[in-house]
Amino acid sequence: MAYSEKVLDHFNNPRNVGTLNKDNKNVGTGLVGAPECGDVMRLQIEVDEETGVIREAKFKTFGCGSAIASSSLATEWLKGKTLDEAQGIDNMDIVEELALPPVKIHCSVLAEDAIKAAIKDYKTKNGLATE
Amino acid sequence: MEFQKLIYLDHNATTPTDKRVVDAMLPYFTERFGNAASRNHSFGWVAEEGVDYAREQVAQLINADEREIIFTSGATESNNLAIKGVADMYKSKGNHIITATTEHKAVLDTCKALEKQGVEVTYLEVQRDGRIDLAALEAAIRPTTILISIMYANNETGVIQDMRAIGDLCEKHGVLFMSDATQAVGKIPVDVQALGIHLMSFTAHKMYGPKGVGALYVRRKSPRVKVTAQMDGGGHERGMRSGTLNVPAIVGFGKAAEIARLEMHDEIARLQKLRDKMEVDLMQLEEVVLNGNKEHRMPHVTNLSFKHVEGEGLMMTFNQKVAVSSGSACTSASLEPSYVLKALGLGDDLAHSSLRLSLGRFTTEQEVADAVEAIKNGVNHMRSLSPIWEMYKEGVDLSKINWESH
Repeated sequence: MAYSEKVLDHFNNPRNVGTLNKDNKNVGTGLVGAPECGDVMRLQIEVDEETGVIREAKFKTFGCGSAIASSSLATEWLKGKTLDEAQGIDNMDIVEELALPPVKIHCSVLAEDAIKAAIKDYKTKNGLATE
Repeated sequence: MEFQKLIYLDHNATTPTDKRVVDAMLPYFTERFGNAASRNHSFGWVAEEGVDYAREQVAQLINADEREIIFTSGATESNNLAIKGVADMYKSKGNHIITATTEHKAVLDTCKALEKQGVEVTYLEVQRDGRIDLAALEAAIRPTTILISIMYANNETGVIQDMRAIGDLCEKHGVLFMSDATQAVGKIPVDVQALGIHLMSFTAHKMYGPKGVGALYVRRKSPRVKVTAQMDGGGHERGMRSGTLNVPAIVGFGKAAEIARLEMHDEIARLQKLRDKMEVDLMQLEEVVLNGNKEHRMPHVTNLSFKHVEGEGLMMTFNQKVAVSSGSACTSASLEPSYVLKALGLGDDLAHSSLRLSLGRFTTEQEVADAVEAIKNGVNHMRSLSPIWEMYKEGVDLSKINWESH
């Protein structure tokens, strides 16, 4: 299977790999997937409490090239967005940007789940509504 | 697509055709192009001679008589012919077949097709090391059992079954013993007489021969075994497999068999040494698990799980340099992890983290050293990206986490 240039780029030069302190009040952590499925993504956001803007995002992923690229791309997109804007990121945006083939679409779905999980975690920690 | 020459460590998938085999085949395309069944002129006779010699070589390789070799299009066809052929030919004796969960799809799918027609099949589980439990096998035999089909060496793990013991059980209970020996023939000594095997399938392209040709060994004496042909039309191959013989490919198969027989012992010694060193080097990394019985396996194969790293991603780190395969779901069209590794009782996470490395005739020490370095770097890189590696390092018990499945 040939990977798209963008997937290869993210795989070879992943953006924002790392760990934020999950105990910080302004950090939201999303951990999705399962080792038995071959995909685990941990996405973390650091939110500026005053402006509500995501100022930092980090990821780590156990998964194939497309999974790593999807989560790396997600962290790029999250930085500078408000929580509402971040909530609006759709997995098909990721699919389009990375030119993911049908068999890899589930990687983008997991990335979207990770984003939403991180936002939910942040909101829960800060007593915000999480519908 | 631009073709890059990588270090090839995927010989269980296929092997390059030995140049000596190609040289032997070439005249049969353009000069000696006759149909081996053309009885009336020298084009036919010359082709037939080429086939006869090849048949002898193939037979010698497995200690059989050349009249016991049926040429087919490959091991998949041979498996179909053996299993379906026996099921039909011996249906008055019974309708029960025993096989194992770790067999190749060519055997499993054939059995599933027969089940739809009313044949009963028992799929034996294997033990943690990949070997059949002989007591369980014996217990599964019924008065209606007509065939036991157990592969000689597994394609994913290289694990070799106790063939002599299975042969003894089959003899004791009067059941035919068939083996898919595709991964063993031409690579290790296989003797159908010594092992009590009645039917055996194998193929040229796993032993440095061309793709598109294989054989089915069908025993002639004590007992005389017969199979119902699955390909009708002219009665070639003693009525068991009709169709014009692929003369050039068969000639190549014969040459490959001859080379294998003459060079096997040296090759085994060399490859085992290389494989053992490669394995030791790779297992210097933390958290690496060897899959399958360490003692009873092919000398050139190793199947390793690199924990907390996914196989396809890992292969991507070095796929410009090294060609191997993985048991990860992401590498299969069905998105299911390797059923063979699952049958060994590995958790899916270990199946997703597995690599299969299989060395070959032309693999050099330098290639292995380069591959080991590339793989080790890849594993370390992937672990730096892996949240579960981080959690493992922090002492988190991953089995206790409530993973949110998707």
